[in-house]
Amino acid sequence: MTKHRREFLAALGATATVGLAGCTGGSALGDSNEMPGVAGETLTLTTTTSTYDTGLLDELNAPFEEMYGVTVDSVAQGTGAALETARNGDSDVVMVHARSLEDEFMREGYGVNRRDIMFNDFVVVGPEDDPVGIGGVGSATEAFSTIADQGATFVSRGDNSGTHTKELAIWGAAGVEPSGDWYRETGQGMGEVLNVANESGGYTLSDRGTYLSQRSEISLVIHVQGPIEGGPELLANPYGILAVNPAAHDNVNYDLAMAYIGYITSPEGQRRIEEYTANGEQLFYPEALSEDPDFQQYVPEGWSGNSTDG
Amino acid sequence: MTPAALESLPLLVAFPFESVYVRSIIAVSLYVSLLAVLASTVVSVPVALVVGFTDFPGRRFATSVINTGMGFPSVVVGLAVLFLVSNQGPLGGLGLVFTKEAMIASQFVLATPAITGISLAAVTSVDRSVRDAAYSLGGTRLDVALVTVKEARYGIATAVLAGFGRAISEVGSVLIVGGNIAGADGVSKTRTLTTAIQLEARQGRYETAMVLGAVLIVIVLLVNAVVVRLGDGGRFR
Repeated sequence: MTKHRREFLAALGATATVGLAGCTGGSALGDSNEMPGVAGETLTLTTTTSTYDTGLLDELNAPFEEMYGVTVDSVAQGTGAALETARNGDSDVVMVHARSLEDEFMREGYGVNRRDIMFNDFVVVGPEDDPVGIGGVGSATEAFSTIADQGATFVSRGDNSGTHTKELAIWGAAGVEPSGDWYRETGQGMGEVLNVANESGGYTLSDRGTYLSQRSEISLVIHVQGPIEGGPELLANPYGILAVNPAAHDNVNYDLAMAYIGYITSPEGQRRIEEYTANGEQLFYPEALSEDPDFQQYVPEGWSGNSTDG
Repeated sequence: MTPAALESLPLLVAFPFESVYVRSIIAVSLYVSLLAVLASTVVSVPVALVVGFTDFPGRRFATSVINTGMGFPSVVVGLAVLFLVSNQGPLGGLGLVFTKEAMIASQFVLATPAITGISLAAVTSVDRSVRDAAYSLGGTRLDVALVTVKEARYGIATAVLAGFGRAISEVGSVLIVGGNIAGADGVSKTRTLTTAIQLEARQGRYETAMVLGAVLIVIVLLVNAVVVRLGDGGRFR
């Protein structure tokens, strides 16, 4: 009975809200009758510094805001922090790039409807003269081993970001536990880490997008390429987007989050991603439209259903 | 970086101060800091008078709390306010996370002890004979308080300036509770001068960061000039 009453109240509230929003939205939009229910609402997006600092996000958000008459508040954090903010119900949608952390988030029940949106790759960058000679080795793990063996300065994000997660995976693959004077954790964003590596003559792992958009400011060069330029698959950098589960936090704006995910993964959103360049170079490669859809993108990787495995 | 920065000084002249981005950042900075300092002053001055002139149990404790608050680390305040306003926190229902209101709250917490502490020093140093005279002329407690505040106006102006300086130049807590948000059209929602400088530096755009830093310094100087002026001859006399 109580549940029934709650549902009734919720429905009443929703009707009133839509009605009121319709009034205000209607006057703002004049006699246009597109989506009066969401106009004026705010979507809070937590995302990584890489999508923000490259300028891609503004490029994507402006047309979305215009289309629905809404506001997108983008908070640029590391992947770990972005997911943590969402765990607390303080954001509606998350755009990040660390599949292992995204899967954990979904398994805990905080995220739903994960979609692949785009990818780029990581590159190992360092001083132009390459003091320990990692340029020839071609593999990221060997490059990391060499850096560790020679004790060359390596600047780490150290901030639980997607890039940091990838960096730790590479150290793991190389069988190295990074520690010592040569290994410097900054706890800062990619842009700052590139600056620190640049100033201190060190190596670092960077996503290609941030590196390219900042290349004119620094003298670091790429020593190990990622898969976009034929490098190892280990350096792939896929981005995903997730809606915060409204069952976990009933205050989140789930409808608008799904509208945003729909827009980002639509042909138009994907075209904008593809056409976005910095310093004349494409930074991100759209991945949502596929002739061969990956159904694993909606659920944590390796999640096997009861019906198939028995 | 330094020679490059020096070369970029002409940028100060060519900088698009009329741009929506810069103007809205300045507006948000001033809005948040001024409102927080105003609210702090309204609370601080009466508290300073009470702590300064009444005897109550725990008065020494109150004084030491104020003095500790003056040096309280801002990021800790930001974290505490975030826990309060987060949707998981006690005030979560108000939807304050990543808003200017949350920033004002954290700046209020930071500025209030500074303004109270310095005001306290100012009012307690007012000569006792001034208060005695006010009493003997038949003044009420409020009259005596007003006379004391008037006598201590330089000190209180200094206190307000210190609070404003702390609020507008603070970066840690506003970044945590405000989220450094600007719209896709470049209009700042919770981006202040300090958090914008942090963002620009992160992206290696040191020139823009420096210009915003210069703007910040100019604002602090201007507000100082205005307050000193007010304390000197204007309204308080």
